[in-house]
Amino acid sequence: MPAKTANSRSYAQPAASSRLGKTRKAFWAHKEFYLMLLPGVIYYLVYKYLPMYGVIIAFKDYDMLEGIWSSPWADPWYKYFQQFYESPYFTQLLANTFLISVYKLLFGMVPPILLAILLNECRTPWFRRLVQTLSYMPHFLSWVIIYGILLMFLSQDSGIVNRWLVESGSSTIPFLTSTEWFRSVLVGSEIWQNLGWGAIIYLAAIAGIDPTLYEAGRVDGASRLRMVWHITLPGIRHVIILLLILRLGHMLDAGFEQIYVLYNVHVYSVADILDTWVFRTGLEQWNYSLASAVGLFKSGIGLILVYLSNTLAKRWGESIW
Amino acid sequence: MVNTKQDKAFLTFTYAVLAAVGIVAVVPLLYVVSVSLTPFAEVLKHGGYVLIPREFTFHAYRKLMETSGIPRSLVITVTITLLGTAINLILTTLVAYPLSRRSLPGRNVFLIMVVFTLLFSGGIIPTYLVVKATGLIDSLWALILPTAVSSFNVLLMKSFFEQLPEELFESARIDGAKEFRILLRLAVPLSLPVMITVGLFYAVGHWNSFFAAIMYVTDRTLFPLQVVVREILMLSQQPLENAEDQVPTVTMQMAAVVFASFPIIAVYPFLQKHFTKGMLLGSIKG
Repeated sequence: MPAKTANSRSYAQPAASSRLGKTRKAFWAHKEFYLMLLPGVIYYLVYKYLPMYGVIIAFKDYDMLEGIWSSPWADPWYKYFQQFYESPYFTQLLANTFLISVYKLLFGMVPPILLAILLNECRTPWFRRLVQTLSYMPHFLSWVIIYGILLMFLSQDSGIVNRWLVESGSSTIPFLTSTEWFRSVLVGSEIWQNLGWGAIIYLAAIAGIDPTLYEAGRVDGASRLRMVWHITLPGIRHVIILLLILRLGHMLDAGFEQIYVLYNVHVYSVADILDTWVFRTGLEQWNYSLASAVGLFKSGIGLILVYLSNTLAKRWGESIW
Repeated sequence: MVNTKQDKAFLTFTYAVLAAVGIVAVVPLLYVVSVSLTPFAEVLKHGGYVLIPREFTFHAYRKLMETSGIPRSLVITVTITLLGTAINLILTTLVAYPLSRRSLPGRNVFLIMVVFTLLFSGGIIPTYLVVKATGLIDSLWALILPTAVSSFNVLLMKSFFEQLPEELFESARIDGAKEFRILLRLAVPLSLPVMITVGLFYAVGHWNSFFAAIMYVTDRTLFPLQVVVREILMLSQQPLENAEDQVPTVTMQMAAVVFASFPIIAVYPFLQKHFTKGMLLGSIKG
């Protein structure tokens, strides 16, 4: 650890100074740092912590004219939670949120790992760079753009896939408006968007593998495939597990923006997640208290999940904080 | 060197898959660009299969500029991207730098304050009410201030600052430099890779921002690009229009998509090496 810095600035310290005086001096010596922190702290208090205080409207009959504090308490205090629990949305939303997350996890985890391994095996630098550049690209596109691209390919009356289906004698498939296909479109477009980007972290992990292992493998006459199996994969195992654990913490974030942009009334039953429902109920139907209760429910479960996943991750030697 | 048949097969497989990945990533975009540039009669003639435009027309783009809300929204988006990213970077640096000084009394309190927001948030509705209470509804600031600092980026930057050699700061202090000056003249220039990375993340976020706008903006004159593009995409598609010089909806829609994605696609390859480096240096470990 580097030496304590600002503390060691040459402030003459009177021998008899009290502890309190010392602390005060230490704070004063860092005044510029606190000044730097000030705007950020104000930001956090206003836009992050004030909304946390605002969750109390989940326990109140929120009245817009009365404001948060003066609105009457809900009776009983868990009224809106109960309302949500008893509504048909409860199971539907939880199931959708959970399923979409799990599908994305199941089908989205392996392709980036494979891509990273193959990129690592590629022996032509320019080709490797080209593939990397192209595969990162979709990550930078907004969901609105991807929606536009999907329309071009999958829309029922003008999408090129459907045109092709008609030409080859089949009937059209309503990819974007049918409950059967919608989740596949969600998961597929998510994979397309993040395939290359997801590979970055695994590439870094592969780069950290001791090259002498490969040399030893070569001397022993191992094929490339064997080396991938016995050296590369075990070498990045901890990163794979770590990322898996960390993603479990975000099980309830199934991707608001993607779903909001892509979904439509035809597919609410399979596409609506907690976040999109909160958005519609709260901001489109003005049902603030109920929507806040559901939001709080989601944040609460989310907190537990993130905490657990991070605790698990710490056991593996790494964590996000 | 072992170079067996199996190795060769594996290598062939590798190149084939990589080529496929590259193609799958780029073809949809190429197709969109192509449709937006090709005269619609031509598109119809080839049954929609126009991956490389054989005839060019900027008709759709011209029409878009003349009749849609695109030009105005472009100004809005450029404004919030430039202004927003500048504010993001300044605020994030001002939070991350003090937190990277291990001797700062009370550092843990601030750190917990930052990290806790990664764990828990008030949710959509209470956040909306706060934004409303601070008077930002229907103002461009609503697209900038509520997301002014990302805790993830603070941690990324903080861990980068922590790696800078302490002796450097020490000697600057001995020379009598104030902390603000040290930050500006030493820490920031030395942290260029992470600054570019974080700056790019923020800029892409602003350019693509959609959520904030649909939440906080109802005034159509303030709609950013993504919202306007989505509205254009929601117009019902009219695939079979035959009037020669009329620009069909599909072509305009694709032109709008190109409009909203081109700047990022054009800029990011040049920044790529920075952000991969910056990502890796700061990733995960806090």
